[in-house]
Amino acid sequence: TAPKNLESRTRHVRETWAKHCFKTLYMSSAKSDFPTVGLNVSEGRDNLYWKTIRALQHIHQHHLDEVDWFLKADDDTYVIVENLNYVLSKHDPERPVYFGRRFAPFVSQGYMSGGAGYVLSKEALRRFIEGFTTGKCTHFSPIEDMALGKCMETMKVEAGDSRDVIGRQTFHPFPPENYVVPQLPRPQPWFLNYEYYKRLQGPGCCSDFAVSFHYITAVQMYVLEYLTYHLRPYGYKYRFN
Amino acid sequence: MLSEGSSFMKGMVMGGLFCLLLSLLGTFSPISDSKTDSHHHHHVKAASKEELSRRFSDSQVQELNNQVQVYCVIMVQPKTLIYWATVIETWSKHCDKAEFYTSESSKALEAIDLKENDDWARLRKALKHAYENAGDMRWFFVAQPTTFAIIENLKYLILTKDPDEPFYLGKTMKSGELDYVAYDSGIVLSYEALKRLINVFQDESKCPEKGRALWKLSEDKQLAVCLKYTGVFAENGEDAHGKGLFNSRTVDSLIADSIKENPNDVVEGCCSDLAVTFSGMSPNQMHVMMFGVYRLRPYGHDFHDSLVFYPPEGSDND
Repeated sequence: TAPKNLESRTRHVRETWAKHCFKTLYMSSAKSDFPTVGLNVSEGRDNLYWKTIRALQHIHQHHLDEVDWFLKADDDTYVIVENLNYVLSKHDPERPVYFGRRFAPFVSQGYMSGGAGYVLSKEALRRFIEGFTTGKCTHFSPIEDMALGKCMETMKVEAGDSRDVIGRQTFHPFPPENYVVPQLPRPQPWFLNYEYYKRLQGPGCCSDFAVSFHYITAVQMYVLEYLTYHLRPYGYKYRFN
Repeated sequence: MLSEGSSFMKGMVMGGLFCLLLSLLGTFSPISDSKTDSHHHHHVKAASKEELSRRFSDSQVQELNNQVQVYCVIMVQPKTLIYWATVIETWSKHCDKAEFYTSESSKALEAIDLKENDDWARLRKALKHAYENAGDMRWFFVAQPTTFAIIENLKYLILTKDPDEPFYLGKTMKSGELDYVAYDSGIVLSYEALKRLINVFQDESKCPEKGRALWKLSEDKQLAVCLKYTGVFAENGEDAHGKGLFNSRTVDSLIADSIKENPNDVVEGCCSDLAVTFSGMSPNQMHVMMFGVYRLRPYGHDFHDSLVFYPPEGSDND
């Protein structure tokens, strides 16, 4: 996050989904009583990868043994933590693997969308840090998600498949509206061209146990909270179990 | 000359007073014969879990579950075609019977063509048709294509209510002395209420086809006036906490207000977990609602509900 977003965005993250995390850290260019961790970076899209590197270094230094998995999300990402737990429950945090919305270009094993959020296993985090310590990974590009994905590949961290048992996506780099609406105009919207796995529009787009959505406004955070945890059809026997 | 003038003046005054009297009578809400009607509560809530298990055995609850069938009366027009199509693709699949009534026919979609442009006259025709084609259905839900409804929650609300009693439910509003159910958040009628309504349709003095007074009341108020004559009164559908189940606004709009009014408890302070309707959403938002209501949920949460509703056949977005 950033100082200018704390009131308009991050506050609402703290009020909604962050409450479901075991531990939450808010990474910013400046320390504050929010509370935020102050990293030695400047704000802005060009500095995003630096911010991510510094954030992961901070976590590796101070919090490595507290948890098994490390989720990076933006202040306009909405995450359903129970569903993230469910995806991760089948995997071993001591294995070098990371999960998210897999994109195909630029990195041969693919890389995970930054906005949709990605989650590193403990071993994956160790290897990322090692990459920078040894110089195998560098800040070769400001494009955070792609550059991190390249480092992951270099350090032999596997790009995992986060889809549910019937192949539906769980991490989403856009709001639900972009995916669930049945007929999208031809030609295919640009954001679907990056996808590693195909078949992504209409009802088959998104898992019932979706993990994340991105470009979520403050109002939408609470709307998603309401739709996920509160509003339900009484007595309904869900199709997918 | 003078006597003619004064007669003329008298005539004018009399005529003016008479017109004033007529128009006042036109807006005058009839006093109901409330002595005979014991049904004067204004809030309707679903039966709680405790009440259900206390009053009914499991098999009886299951029987009620099977019996509560909803006939959806959806009033459409070609000019709102995209909403009409969206309702077909979304929530109306959960009605036991969903009938679309249009003002004029459309080449794109099928509906019962009432060939009627007057909103009130059209609603009357639609309700008459629904009554005549009810079959075994005992509950009627009147909606517009800009309404989004969760039929399972409607069924839960009316589960233990006797449709042979007159029920007229939804979001109640007040217009002077008149309590009426707002149209856009959906109108629920029991069989008995609809039966009385169809009967009073024949009484032109109480329930005229072309609307009353010099200016026209909206159809939802007309409906309330006619029903009131038959001893049927508007009641507000609420959950166990008193939160309204029928909403005339979108989820987004209600949440936005709650952020201002309840910043520390936005979702709890907003809307019911078992809301029945929202209104004013775009077609895309309705598709998102289908996903959000019928699919999106946190893994591992189980509700031990007293009823079971199965997904509709041949549908893939729920």
